[in-house]
Amino acid sequence: MAVMKKKGEREVPAMSTTSLPDVVYIILFFFMLSTSMRDQELMVKYKLPEATEVQKLEKKNLVSYIHIGVPVPHMQAKYGTAPLIQLNDSYKTTKDILDFAAAERDKLSEVDRASMTICLKADGNTKMGIIADVKQELRRANALKLSYASSKVLGY
Amino acid sequence: MAKNKKIPEINASSQADIAFTVLIFFLVVSTMDVDTGIVRVLPPMPDPNVKQEDIKVKERNLLLVFVSGSGQLMAGGQVMDLHYLKDKAKEFILNPYDDESLPEKKDQTFDMPDGSKWTFPVSEGVISLQNTRDTDYQVYIRVQNELTRAFNEVRDDVSMSKFGKKFADLAEEERKVVTKAVPLKISEAEPRKMGK
Repeated sequence: MAVMKKKGEREVPAMSTTSLPDVVYIILFFFMLSTSMRDQELMVKYKLPEATEVQKLEKKNLVSYIHIGVPVPHMQAKYGTAPLIQLNDSYKTTKDILDFAAAERDKLSEVDRASMTICLKADGNTKMGIIADVKQELRRANALKLSYASSKVLGY
Repeated sequence: MAKNKKIPEINASSQADIAFTVLIFFLVVSTMDVDTGIVRVLPPMPDPNVKQEDIKVKERNLLLVFVSGSGQLMAGGQVMDLHYLKDKAKEFILNPYDDESLPEKKDQTFDMPDGSKWTFPVSEGVISLQNTRDTDYQVYIRVQNELTRAFNEVRDDVSMSKFGKKFADLAEEERKVVTKAVPLKISEAEPRKMGK
């Protein structure tokens, strides 16, 4: 009756899942290191222009963002559909850029101030008028390093 | 007696669930996109107390690139397709045949990182990029892109002939020298009022 006894023992043992948390933690740390926090809610919609000769913006803590585009749909009732400038978390006009640049500069340590970069994220369909105004204000604010944000493409 | 006093193992099966929750939290609140863009340094605002004198640039040293509101491109006085702009700009920067109508070159000596000297004819040319207020940003960026491409290609050529390497593969010090030898001279003028 040895055959009968064997049949009763043939049960697959449960797989050990003790290493599963370790695997998940590794993925977690990978994501924590490779991504950056979403720091502000976008209130404008934009599609970045395309370019081939783009440079990566290193050192994100030195970068300040200016968003230009059409307001998001649920804000359009109040603000219309003309392109607006978003600084931090609200719509601003070109006059506020001076203060914005000064505030952003104050956030940085003294050694980093010279290398502060403004990243201009503007919709491709924006007219140059508004962008030229922003550029003039940035010159006035002495924030001269500017990056025209554009998405990298390999060719047109 | 002591044999029976075994501490029971803590059940760690929920550890994975906790880790998953934290992972999903990070996935939601973080972004992975890397910011890329065309980098420029704006000219500083002129001091209002100092009277500005117009800097005279010889006509041969200036390439006027004008982008109209309808997206048409004019470079050096002729209407041009975007695809030819890069070659036009490259020819302007390099002036390979020392043409009378193309920019002057001035020999400059650079200190190389290995201690030697290197003399290179640096172009005096300035590309002036002008646009109207109703030019589309996309078109403007495309033109900026083509001009940047021209400069990058010239820098690549110069590094290739001097160091035998591409500009991107050069060491930091060598790259500085090449950047000085081929300076990125693009002047972004304030837009013209025409066309409003």
